Amino acid sequence: MSQIIFFQTSLFFYFLGCLLFLLNLWDKKEEKSPTLPISQKIAFVVTGVGFLCHTIALGLQLQSGVPFSSPKEAISFFSWALVLIFFWVELKYRVYVMGSLILPMAFLSLISAATLPLDNHPVDPTLKGTLLGVHTTLSLLGIVAFAIAAVAGIMYLVQERFLKSKQFGPLYYKLPALGLLDQWNKTALYWGIPLLTLGIITGALWSQYALGFFWSGSIKQFLAIAAWFFYVIVFQGRVTVGWRARRAALLSIIGFVAIIFIFTTLT
Amino acid sequence: MNIIVAGLNHRTAPVAVREQFALSEEKIGEVLAQLKQNPLIQEALILSTCNRVEIYAVATHTEEGCDALKDFFLGQSATLYIYSARDCLRHLFRVSSSLDSMMIGEPQILGQLKDAFDLAMSHKSTGVLLNKVLKKAISVAKRVRTETKIAENAVSISYAAVELAKKIFGKLHQKSVMLVGAGEMAELAARHFISNGVKTIFIANRSYERALELAVEYNGIPVRFEDFVVEMAQSDIVLCSTGAPHYLITPQDVSKVVSARQNRPIFFIDISVPRNIDPAINQLDNVFLYDIDDLKLSVETNLRAREAEALKAEAIITEEVEQITRWFKSLDAIPMIVALKEKAEEIRISEMKRTLDKLGTLTPLQSEAIEGLTLSIVNKLLHGPLTALKEETNRNNGNALLEATQKLFLLGEKK
Repeated sequence: MSQIIFFQTSLFFYFLGCLLFLLNLWDKKEEKSPTLPISQKIAFVVTGVGFLCHTIALGLQLQSGVPFSSPKEAISFFSWALVLIFFWVELKYRVYVMGSLILPMAFLSLISAATLPLDNHPVDPTLKGTLLGVHTTLSLLGIVAFAIAAVAGIMYLVQERFLKSKQFGPLYYKLPALGLLDQWNKTALYWGIPLLTLGIITGALWSQYALGFFWSGSIKQFLAIAAWFFYVIVFQGRVTVGWRARRAALLSIIGFVAIIFIFTTLT
Repeated sequence: MNIIVAGLNHRTAPVAVREQFALSEEKIGEVLAQLKQNPLIQEALILSTCNRVEIYAVATHTEEGCDALKDFFLGQSATLYIYSARDCLRHLFRVSSSLDSMMIGEPQILGQLKDAFDLAMSHKSTGVLLNKVLKKAISVAKRVRTETKIAENAVSISYAAVELAKKIFGKLHQKSVMLVGAGEMAELAARHFISNGVKTIFIANRSYERALELAVEYNGIPVRFEDFVVEMAQSDIVLCSTGAPHYLITPQDVSKVVSARQNRPIFFIDISVPRNIDPAINQLDNVFLYDIDDLKLSVETNLRAREAEALKAEAIITEEVEQITRWFKSLDAIPMIVALKEKAEEIRISEMKRTLDKLGTLTPLQSEAIEGLTLSIVNKLLHGPLTALKEETNRNNGNALLEATQKLFLLGEKK
């Protein structure tokens, strides 16, 4: 029961953090200013509290069963990992505008998770259960990486628009350099593809154990393979024929939107 | 005692006048020594830069002190400005914070002021007052710099180009620049790019000798003018400033370059008039083109932003001037307090002596009692006025109380 309380508390704090980060978009303070503006500090602390509650909720959930195997838990884990990566990138690069994109994403996925029913299935300590857990965790981490690639892509397109049109809004000063954003995009794909690959392999293994065959031919499996191919081609294109910068940004956004669309329609 | 300044700057005097009064380090030493001879001048400091020549001084009498400074700037009454007290402090703080500079927010002036201060100290021409005031001026400048955005954003064409390049590429360390045409502007921009860490500089010029010359100077790579379009594929930034009357770089050239670069972004800067780069290339993906007007626009936006910040800076300065003026006033009150105490003591001693003479011989106990009585009367009477005087120094309203004290207690002109 306490798990639900922590879950709801984190939802509340993410909502606040979300609002604060969005409000900060209108703040005139520049990215380069030597000290973090107070409004940003508050947004950080609020999000941090939410993240802490969320971590506890997930920890309690881990104790009670195989985690992340039902859609509700999977989405919750997805948004948790998203916020984790957000903190890491933020602390490393000090790009304060990123929260305004990641937090709403994390909040929206978490709220959609909250509407799903709680799946209290018993613990499955066998190899089969472990495989399922590993499969979902790895696949979700892969999707988090693609989400980051898409966020970097959005920021890239906005910043590129400023630079092309030569009209510099307040956001221009907050957004990082195009080069850095393109680098993030690349790094995200670089991590996302192996994670998704491992996720698909463990999924196939689980299928073998649980159902007796690797390939069920279900639409879900088919789409997972399609997504994998899509990202491999995007990454390969970057390395060999220069699908970087604007094109990489666009493709990452398209890919991620497609994943979310498929995921929501399937569940 | 008062702090005064006399000087001329880029706004009041043309360069022909300023250069007459500009002083070298040795000259400053001589003038400072000269000023020290003058009994009216107690402390002095000279700030001499290409935009201003100013003498700051502490004078025993404001007007005579100002006259002494005027003597230095002989025949320049029209271009000369003279400030004293609060106005002088405000002026100094505005100078140190770079509000009085030709380019608001430029950082050099603070360094120049520090040097002038060091020089004056090495000639022992500063004292308690100027030391305090100069240190304050430096700290005010730092406060203005951190609390306002006066020094942010590029305000020169070449700086603006570097800032834009940073927004496109991030760090410039692994990047290369190509100069097409090697005029003065191009050189200036090249220097900015080098100081921001670009790796390679290619130099293409119609006269290959000139390209070679610059290549030697900036440790760059000379490129034959016929080849520069092909070589662009290796450069992340192309800076074009030739005298050619037509476009040298066309969209066809650039799309080839972009595919040769595998879509790595490329930044074109066209500072030539008439333009040398076809503006249509800005439509191509991963190509960014800025011409001289675009850069000027961004400079102007930044300048306007600085002006807005200057208003905030003025508010900070007003606050700081108030604070230090209070300190100055407390200095005024000290001699007044001393004079008042001295006068009272004088009266007490003489009156007591007269009484003691009349009374004849007294036991030590009795004379001690009289001594104690007079002391406590004087102290109790003066307690109110002295406290008021001390408090006065912490208030904003003028020297009214000081003058009143002077009149009420018939104190001599002992300021």
